[in-house]
Amino acid sequence: MIETPHQPPEAVVGTEVAPPSPPRDPRKIRWIRRRRALTGFWRVYRRNRMGMVGLVLLAGFVIMALAAPLIVSDEALKPATAPGVAFEPPTADFPLGTDDFGRSVLDLVIFGSRISLLVGFAATLMTMTVGAGVGIAGGYYGGRTDTALNALTNWFLVIPWIPLAIVLASILGRSLFNTILVIGVTSWAGTARLVRADTLSVKERPYVERARALGASNWHLVTRHVLPNVMPVIFANTVLTVALSILAETTLALLGLGDPLSVSWGILIFDAFDAGALSAGLWWWLIPPGVCICLVTLAFTMCGYALDEVLNPRIRER
Amino acid sequence: MSVLSVRDLRVTYRAKGGDVPAVRGVDLEIDRGEVLGLAGESGCGKSTIGSALLRLHPAKTKIEGGIILDGNDVLSLRPGRLRAVRWTGASIIFQGALHAMNPVRGIGDQVAEAITVHKLAGEREARVRAAELLEQVGLPARRIDDYPHELSGGQKQRVMIAMALACNPSLVIADEPTTALDVMVQAQVLKLLKTLQRELGLAMLFITHDLSVLVEVADRIAIMYAGLIVEEGPAERVFHFPDHPYTKALAGAFPEIGDSQFRRRPSGLGGDPPDPQQIPSGCPFHPRCPVAIDVCPSLEVELWAAGEGRRAACVHVSGAPALSETRP
Repeated sequence: MIETPHQPPEAVVGTEVAPPSPPRDPRKIRWIRRRRALTGFWRVYRRNRMGMVGLVLLAGFVIMALAAPLIVSDEALKPATAPGVAFEPPTADFPLGTDDFGRSVLDLVIFGSRISLLVGFAATLMTMTVGAGVGIAGGYYGGRTDTALNALTNWFLVIPWIPLAIVLASILGRSLFNTILVIGVTSWAGTARLVRADTLSVKERPYVERARALGASNWHLVTRHVLPNVMPVIFANTVLTVALSILAETTLALLGLGDPLSVSWGILIFDAFDAGALSAGLWWWLIPPGVCICLVTLAFTMCGYALDEVLNPRIRER
Repeated sequence: MSVLSVRDLRVTYRAKGGDVPAVRGVDLEIDRGEVLGLAGESGCGKSTIGSALLRLHPAKTKIEGGIILDGNDVLSLRPGRLRAVRWTGASIIFQGALHAMNPVRGIGDQVAEAITVHKLAGEREARVRAAELLEQVGLPARRIDDYPHELSGGQKQRVMIAMALACNPSLVIADEPTTALDVMVQAQVLKLLKTLQRELGLAMLFITHDLSVLVEVADRIAIMYAGLIVEEGPAERVFHFPDHPYTKALAGAFPEIGDSQFRRRPSGLGGDPPDPQQIPSGCPFHPRCPVAIDVCPSLEVELWAAGEGRRAACVHVSGAPALSETRP
């Protein structure tokens, strides 16, 4: 096991100075505590090899996504101003060849990371907000509210998500926002169920009863006592949901439901597929985006499992 | 002037197997600066009374009777007004201090919570007040940002006391505040409670199953059995010269240190407390009573006078109606 390192010296001192009113700024102390907790967390996380590999991979992709506009010019992505000839195999100028418009596949893959990650994070944010909201509301209020919300959750859980997503996407139209919306709408149910289960247990804890005896309102109880205690469940879910959302975006794009005007890895594969890349043997057009999707999903999953190991002491011991 | 006045309080829990009458008609009166001890076995309804005073029961629970707390008729208050009365009218020191604190928030934060919930002060001011309260219960103010897991059991109980005092309540309900503590810490916490109670002139309802604790803390004691008060009177006298056979059994269960006689008569009480859904007829204590007579199963007992400010619900007390033909 991890030997406990020396506790960092108390950032705030004064055993002999203990006035009845501490003049220290609560925000500052909270910040110091948070920073200390974070350093401790990092110390444990760093020892997890799988987590570190995932994190490095992820950092690579995030940097790539952020730096994409600096590396790739706008003109290189427009079919009209494409720099190369169509269907060119990998050369020194185009390390991953070109697509049907003569655009560099490498440029497209680099730029595609932006949309894929954006969709992944945005859809996850939506999943978490809706899932946590529905889960906490149902679990906390119970009774008819719970019955109704639980029925809704179960309905979304059992309905096959691809047909639902296809219907939604075709009704709402093909756009980036709709892709995010569709993924969010079809994936919140699992989170809601987990959060509800945890809320049911948290709301029966004595400190919630104490806070109620204190004269606290329902809103206060939910935001100050229930939510902070369900947060670990929500967080544990988040990282894996990002990976699933990126996969879902690819699936939607591959089915022709993505935004045709934006460049994402899913759209790239769809375009390649559409242009007959598979039968024409244009492997350089198909494989790179596919590999990127695999790597990003893998990176998120690795980080997710590592986080779980670090945050859950019961697993950590083994 | 009385801070709390309870009239014929009846609390009935709704369970799957039918109604469970936990409290079956209890009268209580607590004056300013007075400590009333409420004692009894597990399940006799003593904690139910404690939480009924602030209406903390599950929604379906039936509460009847009258509770006047600090001039407020608690049972008829609307939700908003009820929230305002909670903690300012009466606060509770909960029995499991270990679980009554939110593990993810600092203790100062949770003491100040009571003040900010009632908007008695701003966040900054509430924090200063929380630090003062911690000092008052014997914790250094620098520990204000500690989390509950960083404190010992006794320290946590001190924080609970600080919390209970946060809004200057008229009444403090101490629900088994020392149950989970070891004897040394228990003595310290009791001493602290007693000191604070005297200094602040607090009215207090002290709920426990430990009679020996009550003798030290309480001015008056009420003994509960099966949802009823069976004996009431000045603490010392009730403990040392109990009238009701149930109180005798409770008091007899405590060894007198230095009393050689006690070693020869270790006493306890046989049987189990009655199932609240099947309470025996007449005097509910008669199946376990060592001095029961033939009228007991059919006699409706009530609190009869038993001399100098004392009352007991037993046929054998002096104020009981004459039962010439059945008395042995």
